[in-house]
Formats: sequence, C-alpha cells, structure tokens
Amino acid sequence: MDRNKTHRNRRRVLKGLHFFGLFLVMSIICIPGLWIILNSFRPTVEIMAKPPVWRPSFTLEHYRAMFGGAGQGGVPVFSYLWNSIVISVTSTLIAVLIGMSGGYAFARYRFKGKSGYFVGLMLFRAVPGVALSLPLFIVFAKVGIIDTHFGLILVYVAMNVPFTIWLTDGFFRQIPKELHEAAEIDGCTRWQAFWKVEFPVARSGVASAAIFAFLTSWNEFALASQLTRSVDSKTMPVGLLDFTAEFTINWGGMCALAVLMILPALILTFIVQKHLIAGLTFGGVKG
Amino acid sequence: MTEVTLSNVIKRYGVHQAVHGIDLDIEDGEFVVLVGPSGCGKSTTLRMIAGLEDISGGEVSIGGRVVNDLPPRERNISMVFQNYALYPHMSVRENLGFSLHIAKRPAAEIKKAVDEAAAILGLQELMDRKPAALSGGQRQRVAMGRAIVRHPDVFLFDEPLSNLDAKLRTQMRVEIKKLHQKVGNTIIYVTHDQVEAMTLADRIVLMRDGHIIQVGTPLELFNTPVNTFVATFIGSPPMNLLDGVVTENGNVRLGDGQELPVPTAARAGVHVGQQVRYGFRADNLSPVGHGVAEDGDIAEIDLRIDLSEPLGTETLLFAVLAGTEIQGKMLNPRPVTPGERMTCRLALEKAHIFDAETTNVIRSS
Repeated sequence: MDRNKTHRNRRRVLKGLHFFGLFLVMSIICIPGLWIILNSFRPTVEIMAKPPVWRPSFTLEHYRAMFGGAGQGGVPVFSYLWNSIVISVTSTLIAVLIGMSGGYAFARYRFKGKSGYFVGLMLFRAVPGVALSLPLFIVFAKVGIIDTHFGLILVYVAMNVPFTIWLTDGFFRQIPKELHEAAEIDGCTRWQAFWKVEFPVARSGVASAAIFAFLTSWNEFALASQLTRSVDSKTMPVGLLDFTAEFTINWGGMCALAVLMILPALILTFIVQKHLIAGLTFGGVKG
Repeated sequence: MTEVTLSNVIKRYGVHQAVHGIDLDIEDGEFVVLVGPSGCGKSTTLRMIAGLEDISGGEVSIGGRVVNDLPPRERNISMVFQNYALYPHMSVRENLGFSLHIAKRPAAEIKKAVDEAAAILGLQELMDRKPAALSGGQRQRVAMGRAIVRHPDVFLFDEPLSNLDAKLRTQMRVEIKKLHQKVGNTIIYVTHDQVEAMTLADRIVLMRDGHIIQVGTPLELFNTPVNTFVATFIGSPPMNLLDGVVTENGNVRLGDGQELPVPTAARAGVHVGQQVRYGFRADNLSPVGHGVAEDGDIAEIDLRIDLSEPLGTETLLFAVLAGTEIQGKMLNPRPVTPGERMTCRLALEKAHIFDAETTNVIRSS
C-alpha cells in the first residue's frame, strides 16, 4: 500500500513539474503576442507608465485613429492589407506550383546532377535575404519594377521555391511509387496519375508548404522595406514603420496594426491546419 | 484471345543486365507463375509486360499486338502489387471503380461492375471504408477487386501474398485460384515462394540470374528437374544431393566409399570416372515399413537419425550420409529417438544423376 502511494505521489509531482515546464516555454512564446494584443487596447499613457498599471483600462482609440484620416494619425490600412494579400497569395500560389513540380521531380525522377541541384537549392537558402537587398534594389530600379507588386512577388517566389521543393520532395518521397504505377495501369496518363492520386495523397504536405510560403511572404520586412516606396506596394510589416516619427514611436498604433496583421495569418493557419494531419498515406500500402 | 508472347526480351540497367533474352509463350487463359530467388529478374520481366519498365531489347506482345511502345493504360492489363497500392484517399468503392471512372464510363455501369467485383470477393460490407481501416487480407482482396473490375486481358500479380501471415496466405492462395477458375483470364504471377508456384500454376517458369532455367507444369519440374538448381528450388524439403564418382560396375561411389546403383534412366548417359551428384527426394527415402511400397529397384541404407521433425501424417528424418546432411520421410510415424539407427529404403527409379560440373541432369532419353 505504502509503496503504491509514494509511487503515485512521485508521478503526481513529476506531472506537475512537467506542466510547469510547459507553461514556462509557452509563456516565452506567447507573452510578446499577448503584450501586443493587450497594448493595442490600452491608452498610450498606460503603455508607457512607470511603474506599470496593473489594472488596464480598455480603449479602441488606437484602432479608431488607425482607420481615421491622415490628420488623426491614421495609416492607409486597407491599401497595405490589400498589397499584403495580393503579394502573399500570388507569390504563395506561384511558389507552391513551381516548388511542388520541383519537389515531385526530385522525388520521382533520376537525372544527371540531381543531388548537386538539390544542395544548390539548399545553399540558396543560406544566403541572408537582407544581403540581397542592395543588388535587388539596383536591378529592380534599373528594370523599373521597384515599388510594384510584381517586383515583390518575384522576390518572394524566389525565396520560397527552394524551401517548398525541399518540403514537398519529402512528402512525395513518402508516397510509394506503386501508387502512380497502379493509377497508370488503371488507365491514367502520368499527368492524371499525379493529379488524381499522388497530389491528393500529398495534400497535407502541399498545404504545409503553402502555409510556410504564405507566412514568409506575409511577415517579410527587410526586403519589402527596401523595395517598396508608396501606398501602391507597401505591405503591412512595412506599414508598421508609419507609426515611428523622428522622436516618438506610437506603440499603441503599431500594436493595433500588428494585431490586424496577425489575424489573417492566424485564421488561415487554423483553416489549413485540418489538412496538416499526417498519416493520409498510411493504409494504402503496407511496406 | 489474349496470349502473351515474349521473344528475346532483354532488360539492361546501365551496364548491368537484369534479364538476358527471355523467350516465353503464354497461352490464353493460362496461369503462369514466374518463380525464382530474389534478383532473378522475375519482377522486372513482369513490369516489362505491364509497361512499367522500358524494354531494352526484344519484343513483348499481348493478344498478338506488340506492346513495346504502349503505355500501361493501353495494354488492357491489371496488376496487383505486393504492397497492394490502394489509393489511400479513396473508399473501397472508389478504389474499385477508379479505372472505369478514368475511362469515363456511365455511373450505372461503374456501379454494376463494382458491385459485381465486390460480390465475387465478398467486399460488400467494406465498400465505404478507407484502405487504412482494412486488415491485410481485406486490402489484398480490394486490390484484386480493383484488378477484375475492368475485365482486363491479362492479370499480373507481383508477389501479392508476401505481406500476409502464413495462414492468410494459404487462404488467399485458394481465393486466387478460385478467381482464376471463375474469370478464366490469362494470369502471370510472380513469387519467390515455390509452394505458391506449385499450388497455383498451370505452368511454372523458373528463373535465375535473368535466365529461364526450366518451364513446365509443377509436376514436370518436380519430377524431372533439368539441373540441381531446379531440384533444390522446387519441392520441400529440397532434393538431397550427394557427391560421387561413377564406377565400372555402374554404381556411384559416394565420399565414404558406399555405392549406390545408377538409376536405369541415367545409365546410358554416364561414363566411368564421371564426377556426378546423386539426387533423391526425402519422399523416396523411408525407413523399412514406413514408406510407400515401390515396385522398382530399392537400395537399403543404414542411417543414424540425428533429428526428427514430426508433422503429423509424416515425420521428417535428418541424417548424415557420406558427409552430407540428408532428409528422409517416415510415413505412419512412430516416435523417434535421436541417435537411433534405422534401415531405410531408397527408391532408385526416383533418383536423379546430375553432372557435377555442369549441374545438368543426366538422362538417357
């Protein structure tokens, strides 16, 4: 009896420690986000107060100001939002299409210099994006695509394709080749076999690749801040800079815009999350 | 009429040649099993017939039509894979109907064909399940159902039973044979298991290293193997082989000086001093009073039984003869103590003589 009791107690303590550890880690991840959301609803005085105000008051002042006219500290939120959506969605679509084709090719076909290409693509990711900002700026300026949707889409596609290839390659590799062989024997062309069998099976992989590509484009700041100039092409992360003046930073406004920026990404991730459930390939074949 | 003909079919992977010019005529409605150890080129041959591998040389024709350059979908074949290759995102019904759906057949026709196949294989209860929710045997049946739905000219089976446990394998073997009797199509079946080959085939094609070694009915291969490879591959336990030399008095002297007479069938083919291997099956070596009554010549051998494996209706006996481990069979078995000495009768007319150098059988006719 006694031994059982100590054993149970030890298990309980361990479980408690486990939860505490998890809580600590989650706090580190979540508190900045929470801070942003809370501060977007607090008056500026309170945000800056020292010592801190522990019982915050609630105000929508920052949101009102942000959506208000230029005179009241407003920013062209809808233009930024629209730019962000157009650029992120288009670049994600293109990157996923190209990346998926590439990933499929790497997973299924044998060709000369395959591993070389693959390593090359990965090396491409080792180059820090900011390092490219000056050359890109000059080239884009000469070609005349600076401050355009097209320019930024081009950059984001280039940034996302290698990663998408790498990710989808892994997913297609998991699909046994017998599936497309069976489809071809069942009367499919190679193209049909891909779209009717392999693509649906790899759907979760493609979905996760798409999320990654979308979030990269949606959140990217360094290059966008160099390559955009005006309301025509500024994305939301760049728009955050509108709240900084020479001597002051409007924290409340910045937080409000940040919340607006987080929302679509959050919603999208929740929607796609359902498709991320792995194990779709399980059961079709026994290997 | 869907006979399948391979003439001088070759497969090369770079410099490595996997299949060395195979010739084979498969008749309409025939059940042919390609069997051999792994790496013998049997699966490659099947995949060339299916169109999943390019043919490096020679010609494959199905129903009189050369199909070398046709993609799989134009060959009107069905294939069952070792790992089943069911479409994991589709229900059983969708899996079964997929080929007809691709062929854009009317929905009513698809439903009829799918229900028919489901009835043949007893899948009616499972139609709405996904492959992940099926057991191994059920998946195997769905894979077969998918193959029969489209009424192909030829069925191809690529080691379809390898992933099943022993009991299920025996059961599915019977189902495949029943299926063949029911639909009567030409079947080409690949396996490495000689029991499957023996039980299923109308004709066995035994392959090794990309060559066909022997083609024949199961009993032909069992009773008249062309060389020691066939003799040891077909039949369980494998044929006993003893090294020896042909003596002047028409015997084979074994390693320990013991002599066994050369069977009549081989007598004209051997010459004195020839190095040979003396082969006989366990079935033809039985203790006195525990074997089948044989009419022909009998040799009596005194053996010390090292080990016995009771199987119920018979007991396998292990002993050493002339330095080689051999096996015999005891019918109407009684308990055997290890180390017991027994006089065994060897049916000489069922024995085979192989040339030690070429490993080929020596037969006068």
